[in-house]
Amino acid sequence: MAYLYFVWRNLLRKKTRTLLTVLSIVVAFILYAALGTLNYAFSMGVDLAGADRLITIHKTSLIQQLPYSYVNKVRSVEGVADVTHATWFGGYYQDPKNQFPQFPVVAEEYFAMYDTVVLPPEQMEAWRKNRLGAVVGRSLVERFGWKVGDRVPLKALYDKKDGERVWEFVIEGIYEAREGQVVDTSTMFFHYDYFDEARAFGEGTVGWLILRVDSPEVANRVADEIDMLFANSSAETKTSTEKVFVESFAKQFGDIGAIVSAILAAVFFTMLLVAGNTMAQSVRERIPELAVMKTIGFSGASILLMVLAESILLAVAGGLTGVGLAWLFISGAQANLQAFLPGFAMPTSIVFSGALLSVALGFVTGIFPALQGMRLSIVSALGRR
Amino acid sequence: MEQDILVDLKQIEKSYRKGKETVKVLSGLDLEIKRGDFLALMGPSGSGKSTLLNLLGGLDSPTSGSLRIDGDQIDKLSQGQLTRWRARHVGFIFQFYNLMPVLTTERNVELPLLLTKLSKKQRRQHVDTALALVGLQDRAKHYPSELSGGQEQRVAIARAIVSDPTLLLCDEPTGDLDRATADEILDLLRDLNEQQNKTIIMVTHDPKAADHAKHTLNLNKGALEH
Ligand SMILES: Nc1ncnc2c1ncn2[C@@H]1O[C@H](COP(=O)(O)OP(=O)(O)OP(=O)(O)O)[C@@H](O)[C@H]1O
Ligand SMILES: [Mg+2]
Repeated sequence: MAYLYFVWRNLLRKKTRTLLTVLSIVVAFILYAALGTLNYAFSMGVDLAGADRLITIHKTSLIQQLPYSYVNKVRSVEGVADVTHATWFGGYYQDPKNQFPQFPVVAEEYFAMYDTVVLPPEQMEAWRKNRLGAVVGRSLVERFGWKVGDRVPLKALYDKKDGERVWEFVIEGIYEAREGQVVDTSTMFFHYDYFDEARAFGEGTVGWLILRVDSPEVANRVADEIDMLFANSSAETKTSTEKVFVESFAKQFGDIGAIVSAILAAVFFTMLLVAGNTMAQSVRERIPELAVMKTIGFSGASILLMVLAESILLAVAGGLTGVGLAWLFISGAQANLQAFLPGFAMPTSIVFSGALLSVALGFVTGIFPALQGMRLSIVSALGRR
Repeated sequence: MEQDILVDLKQIEKSYRKGKETVKVLSGLDLEIKRGDFLALMGPSGSGKSTLLNLLGGLDSPTSGSLRIDGDQIDKLSQGQLTRWRARHVGFIFQFYNLMPVLTTERNVELPLLLTKLSKKQRRQHVDTALALVGLQDRAKHYPSELSGGQEQRVAIARAIVSDPTLLLCDEPTGDLDRATADEILDLLRDLNEQQNKTIIMVTHDPKAADHAKHTLNLNKGALEH
């Protein structure tokens, strides 16, 4: 303990220098955790995507709608096991900041397609019976404090026929990720029938089709056939596996992984220089003190450990603070970003790798000054003054 | 008291290599020091006083010769063994005090005890005793920057005696102090020698400092003059 106290006092020797060094480490680790989380969110979306599910969208863009009749036409393509559809509703709850995905769907069809989530059968039953009914994911419930039976008004992109822009829904069920599955649960679903009848424009269209094929091997053939089917029509389509779809969505942001790695490499290289310089200076300044410690009988190894403890403490303090701050920022931004990036939350792996990385940073920046302290010759160090 | 020989040097040689040249600093030095002695080591600058003191304290090893202290053959010890030996047997006092600026008086004095198995409470007691001996109990919580030069040297002395070493080695302990303060420090060293029976070897340029010692030895060009 007395030893640790000494380490601590040595760190406070030049308070400003220590503070500036810690601050720069903090910034580096905020970047590390934030960019790492972003990267994770993108790659998770890709991982979540099923290999036997295809998505059919309008060839021009995701925003353009497809005629409802496509659903049955696609159903008849050979190799297609199941078809359903979804549409982007784009509403918000109370405040434009409260964005999250809302899809009008066909209840049983949609939940049959995505078996990674579960909705209790009695809630499914209640939802089907209520025309205004909706189901929401667990993370939405936690975010807004909703419960079954609540009335939820959403302000939407779509006017209703009665000129009203606020749509009211009643929560009839809460779905969750199936045991062992990592799934986004921040989406709200309600009945397409009600939506289609009540909306003032766009009647008879859907946003995109989701289909399951008999086996992943036929996926490419089926996709080609579907797109051929609608070629030269007023709404041409583009069909791809969900995985490719998510990947191409992510690619719009560039190769996130490579960019993140490049930025982090630059940041940590700088960090090595900054923290390394601090430690080198700090040891150089007190060569005589270290020599006195050796004179008193402290071994070279204990000097080495003391200097290393200093640099590791410095790096870990900065690293954990950085990861902690990043966690705060991310939790704050989570609500807003989850609509676009489901699964945007700091994974625990980032916390662990951040902690490990900070220890490594402390070690690498401390080891050379520490070795210098360990090897220093008492006679020449004390004779130097 | 018995004629108990604590330090026994035989045919000590010490030379430094400077590039191709070899500089002989000590040549064929024989010296016996009795337990409980207070020895002043004088001599012109560059005569090898500090070099000899470093050998006695196990900070450096002789080029050849036998160096025996309290039954231990020091010249045969490895670096690691020397380090442990120093911790148990030697207390050093330097011209420039060499305290840790980031530690308070009591923490500075406690430092050598961190190498022992003493409990926190026992360390406290030893520190209090050492501070009482140098008359600085009321400065226990002060930092070196808040002390005068004389007080700093007292702290350094407390640090040197706190683990009750066999031998106290001082290299110009009053070299940086004014006359009055220097005399106080010298009186303190004499008290430690007479009352606590500490064996002290002190390098000094100051004849008045040497007067406080029981014996004086003169070193000239690496050899002792009697
Ligand atoms: N590490 C070293 N390398 C080479 N030569 C050295 C080294 N240390 C000391 N010397 C030489 O040994 C000689 C004796 O040095 P030492 O420091 O023992 O003298 P001193 O008697 O203590 O002098 P002073 O009174 O000035 O302190 C000097 O000529 C010095 O240059
Ligand atoms: Mg000298």
